Amino acid sequence: MTRPVWEERPSPLGQFGKGTILTLVVLAVLVPLWVVVVTSLSSEQTINNAGGYVFQPREFDPSAYLVIFSGGQISDAILVSTFVAVVGTLISLVVTVLAAYGLSRPSSVGHRPILFYFLLTFLIYPGMIPAYLVVTGLGLKDNLLALILPTAISAFNLVVLRAFFMNIPGELLDSARIDGAGEFRILWKIVLPLSKAVTAVVGLFYAVGYWNAFFNAVLYIDRNDLQPVQRVLQQFILAGQSPTSSGTAVYVPGLGSAIPPTLAIKMAVVVVTIVPALIVYPFVQRHFTKGVIIGAVKG
Amino acid sequence: MSTVVQAASVAKPDEAVKARLTVAARLRRDWPLLLMCFPAMALLLVFHYIPALGNVIAFQDYNPYVGDNPLEAFLYSEWIGFGNFEYLFTSPAFWDAVLNTLTITAFQLVFYFPIPILLAILLNSIMSPRIRSLVQSVVYLPHFFSWVLVVSLFQMMLGGAGLIVQTASQAGFTVPNIMTDPDTFIFLVTSQALWKDAGWGMIVFLAALAAIDTNLYEAAAADGANRWRRMWHITLPGLRPVIILLLILRLGDALNVGFEQFVLQREAVGRDAAEVLDTYVYYQGIAVQQWGVGAAAGLFKAVVGLLLIVGANKVAHKFGEQGIYSKS
Repeated sequence: MTRPVWEERPSPLGQFGKGTILTLVVLAVLVPLWVVVVTSLSSEQTINNAGGYVFQPREFDPSAYLVIFSGGQISDAILVSTFVAVVGTLISLVVTVLAAYGLSRPSSVGHRPILFYFLLTFLIYPGMIPAYLVVTGLGLKDNLLALILPTAISAFNLVVLRAFFMNIPGELLDSARIDGAGEFRILWKIVLPLSKAVTAVVGLFYAVGYWNAFFNAVLYIDRNDLQPVQRVLQQFILAGQSPTSSGTAVYVPGLGSAIPPTLAIKMAVVVVTIVPALIVYPFVQRHFTKGVIIGAVKG
Repeated sequence: MSTVVQAASVAKPDEAVKARLTVAARLRRDWPLLLMCFPAMALLLVFHYIPALGNVIAFQDYNPYVGDNPLEAFLYSEWIGFGNFEYLFTSPAFWDAVLNTLTITAFQLVFYFPIPILLAILLNSIMSPRIRSLVQSVVYLPHFFSWVLVVSLFQMMLGGAGLIVQTASQAGFTVPNIMTDPDTFIFLVTSQALWKDAGWGMIVFLAALAAIDTNLYEAAAADGANRWRRMWHITLPGLRPVIILLLILRLGDALNVGFEQFVLQREAVGRDAAEVLDTYVYYQGIAVQQWGVGAAAGLFKAVVGLLLIVGANKVAHKFGEQGIYSKS
């Protein structure tokens, strides 16, 4: 973009000010992540020399990762979170896509009351205590489904998808109907292929949500081997105050020996909890603005 | 919506098709669509609407042990009218939680709310598309981190054994541990919220800025308005509807300051500063098992929240703005 002729030349001071602010903002996000990654890949000696967190990478020592992936509670937690994210996202996507398509034809029977039924969830708050009683009453305590089903459908995602489906030209769907296709076939063969991008974004939103879910695990999961990775992170970092003490409840195999250092292991756990967001991120980033705007306008 | 052409073989507007087909015929035509909505409706019924109705235990002395399952316990528990609410309203701990919640909301309204707007205006004034998209990619990112992670990162940077304390002590200074100080807790939670979501909050404003007609700027410049006057007379009015909309949503959420962030730090900072309504509901209801009292606090929060959002919307209409739902 070139500067329009009518706009004044930017002043050097203004340029400098803007540059400084933006640089600081970007550094505020990136520096903590950098420190975490570098420390997680450092050996005990480097960490001791630095007196704690490591800023400059000196070597590449993946032993912390070998430890957390070689069994024990952290490995379990990674598996649990992966399972919840994958299965949860599948369930959420199927349910949301079906409902969004079911509601995308404004003259169908019951369209208005059903849409109202979904939108009302924005205004009515379920309440933590009754939700807890319902979930435990269904026998879902210590069941991974308790981490999936209560948050399986988000009305916001439904509205986003529906708005997108409604923009698909009706003639296209009509021609398929004339050829004898049923609604399920139309959804599968025509609507979904046309909305791959937005469906993927919604799916990734769900996936990040499941991966990050923490509090449902506090409420519903007591068993140690069913804890998700966010719980382990909490016990590991927030419950153990000093990074050099090993006074945490988490069981890690191989920690008896001096190598590898606990701080590196802690940082490796942090990295593991960030990585899915980082993987997902490049795919969804292009579509953010669109999704947010659709949701805001039609919601 | 009314312009969408309907599915039946002839392309006619909605209403005509509706008039032509009986309900039974439409039902025969549309049953697959209804079927498709069913799983989502069932999930919401079980995990949203039934718990919402379940808030009536706020009027009970709910005792999980009088039945074999929560439903039986609900049927056999004693109805005590407003007893739980009386308990709440005479309990200093409850009012402390309400006060903390409102203080944090007010504080964030002043120190958090404007930041995404300023950031969006700043970024919008950057000409280079490459710098813009780089900054956007970076500042959106923390939105996708969990609260546990955000609090952990703050702990690592600012905590007692964190990077800053570590660096300062190597240089011979002592720095207080911000992570456990109740007096500065409100700054801490606000900066955490800023770190996590200020960038993300910018999206809506960036979109609104992109929608402003550039001819307006050119015309203003031709009339001799400098960049500040253009910002004041074009940019800010252009953002006004979005700002008001988000302000309403924020006010409606006044009692909802976010739950995990506070649960995670309540231990370290202490109840006096870190107890908000959500954590109060949790500790009263689930940890101490005073189910009725917890549910009453939750119901109080939900009802006040609903009243706030309706009220704020009314105010928006008074100012001639659209709000979140229009007058009807």
